[in-house]
Amino acid sequence: MQELAVPLNHVLLVSSLLFCIGMLGLMMRRNIIFILMSLEVMLNASALAFIAAGAHWGQPDGQIMFMLILSVAAAEVAVGLGLVLQVQRRFKTLDMDNANRMRG
Amino acid sequence: MSNAIGLVPLLPLLSSLLLMIFGARMTRPMITLLGVGSVGAAALATAALAMEFMANPQPIEITLWTWMKVANLTSGVAFYVDGLTLVMMSVITGVGFLIHLFSSEFMHQDASYARYFAYLNMFVCAMLVLVLADNLLLLYLGWEGVGVCSYLLVGFWYTDRANGRAARKAFIVTRIGDTAMALGLLLLFTELGTLDIQSMVGAANAKWQVGDSLPTLACLLLLAGAAGKSAQLPLHTWLPDAMAGPTPVSALIHAATMVTAGVYLIARTHGLFLLSPTAMTTVAIVGIATSLLAAVTALMQSDIKRILAYSTISQIGYMFLALGVGAWTAGIFHLMTHAFFKALLFLGSGAIIHCLHHEHNIFKMGGLRSRMPVTFWSFMIGSAALAALPMTSGFFSKDQILLQAYQQASIGPWLWLAGLLGALLTAVYSFRLVFIVFFGNAKTEPDREIGWAMAIPLTILCALSMVGGYFALPLAQVFPTASADHPAHWVEIVSIGVPLVGLAIAYGLYLGRQLSAPSWTTGVTGQALREFWFSGWGIDRLYDGLLVRPYDRLAALFSSEPVDRFYSAIVDVNQTLHQWLSSTQSGRMRWYIASMVFGLIALLGIAFNIAPGAL
Repeated sequence: MQELAVPLNHVLLVSSLLFCIGMLGLMMRRNIIFILMSLEVMLNASALAFIAAGAHWGQPDGQIMFMLILSVAAAEVAVGLGLVLQVQRRFKTLDMDNANRMRG
Repeated sequence: MSNAIGLVPLLPLLSSLLLMIFGARMTRPMITLLGVGSVGAAALATAALAMEFMANPQPIEITLWTWMKVANLTSGVAFYVDGLTLVMMSVITGVGFLIHLFSSEFMHQDASYARYFAYLNMFVCAMLVLVLADNLLLLYLGWEGVGVCSYLLVGFWYTDRANGRAARKAFIVTRIGDTAMALGLLLLFTELGTLDIQSMVGAANAKWQVGDSLPTLACLLLLAGAAGKSAQLPLHTWLPDAMAGPTPVSALIHAATMVTAGVYLIARTHGLFLLSPTAMTTVAIVGIATSLLAAVTALMQSDIKRILAYSTISQIGYMFLALGVGAWTAGIFHLMTHAFFKALLFLGSGAIIHCLHHEHNIFKMGGLRSRMPVTFWSFMIGSAALAALPMTSGFFSKDQILLQAYQQASIGPWLWLAGLLGALLTAVYSFRLVFIVFFGNAKTEPDREIGWAMAIPLTILCALSMVGGYFALPLAQVFPTASADHPAHWVEIVSIGVPLVGLAIAYGLYLGRQLSAPSWTTGVTGQALREFWFSGWGIDRLYDGLLVRPYDRLAALFSSEPVDRFYSAIVDVNQTLHQWLSSTQSGRMRWYIASMVFGLIALLGIAFNIAPGAL
């Protein structure tokens, strides 16, 4: 088992920090493009945790999960950007708070 | 002819149904022809029946069809005609026809002309069923039928709320008596096993002894029913208010026929009442008490129809007195003469009201003697008969009642004395009415003359009121013969003289002014007493406070549905929760995310607290 140059705890700390930043962005941003970017940050934070864990235990599973997350993120961006276009066309704005027709 | 008995009630029924269905499309002459003609035809059929009965005076029984057959109760639509029935039928169809004829002019301007005759014909039919019925169940059908028609006709001008209230009062108060009567019928049926009147009386006489408690109870229940229908104490309060209806209705229903149904009922079941001296005495006391109370009240009234209404209550009291002392024939005789002269008085008052812009207050009338001669003579003759002045029809019937009351075994002389007092008051109030309305100065000018359709019934009833006392009623077979003894001559002379004294007093007080009211009557006590009597001895107010208002309050309490409140609280809680929760569905994605995050944090916190070692 090969020891990492950076201790696992540090990597996990960065990863959870990134995750929290993404989550806060998700909650606080109104612009849908920033929301998508925050989602990207959260996905990559979890991917980072997988890589670090895989490297720590010398298992390939971490990298496989990373590949999966990468493809999910790509798909999500494809769909998400399509939605962004639609939102812009329908509401003439990118503010998500205006797209609240499903209330109540 | 006996097969045609069914025709007598059928004719008014058919006419009533036709008027109900097609009345709106008929012209007025057609409605008149149908409404008045059907009762006229019924009167002719009754006359033919009476001829045949006179030739061969045997009771006729005829069963049209079986009405219901349940277990051992068989009730047919079956008629029984004897002398008593014939007298009643003649009064109903004869006087009824005259009043229908009068109505055709009185109601001619009314928008609901067809509806009026439909109700009136229906009433005649129900009343005929009542008197023709050979069993108590069919009688009860007629009994309720006349009640409904009375309700409809009292509230005929229903757009005025007061009329509707009067109609409701008439219906509800009589209903109290009807309920007692229904209980009486049930009691008789369970004890005797039949409701057929003739066989029931036979069975009662076979089963019970004179003075047993069960027949007393049954008779008292029947008496309560009779008191409700005939406006006797303590259920008399509806009749004065029932004057809200058109005046011919008051003449037909509330003077001549329906209110005498109670008298008919007691006379019809007299075999039962003879088993119970207690019930008989009660009948007599109720009658005389009502008679006096109503006579005093009549003396105070100012509304012409209310005077006549109280006078009707008072005269029916005399009939009850007659029944109570066993003077059956005299009671029925008075029923007939009363039907003549009271219908006459009511129609006369109808003529006055018709010609005087619907004026009811006697103090706004006056001097009508020369302006309305037919009506004046109608009132003179009617009042003379009502006051029982010698040689009028009322004299013969009332005299018989008083003389037979005197001979009652236990309290006879007292009943006689009270009856005399009533007769005196009757004479005073009836001539007070005549003197105030027809003499003195004119206060309101009549704006039209009465036509022949009003004048003819008045004239015929005048004649009947004069000669009605000479009719020999075919009642000998129906009732046990009264004792032939005569009380001492002075009793008769006093009985004859008292109404004349009453006439003299009324003349002195209201026309000649030789007498003046004693000074105390204008004082505080006199005024209070007058108001008390004017309001009918405060009985209406008593019932209002004792029964009507507590009931209203109870109804108001329950109309807020106290039981349902618990269930509606459950609904309310659910609705509030629903509103809270649905308001969280705001459609704002950021809120959803935030609540998911905080929810997750909370869940994780809980999980750590419960199982700190899990992670």
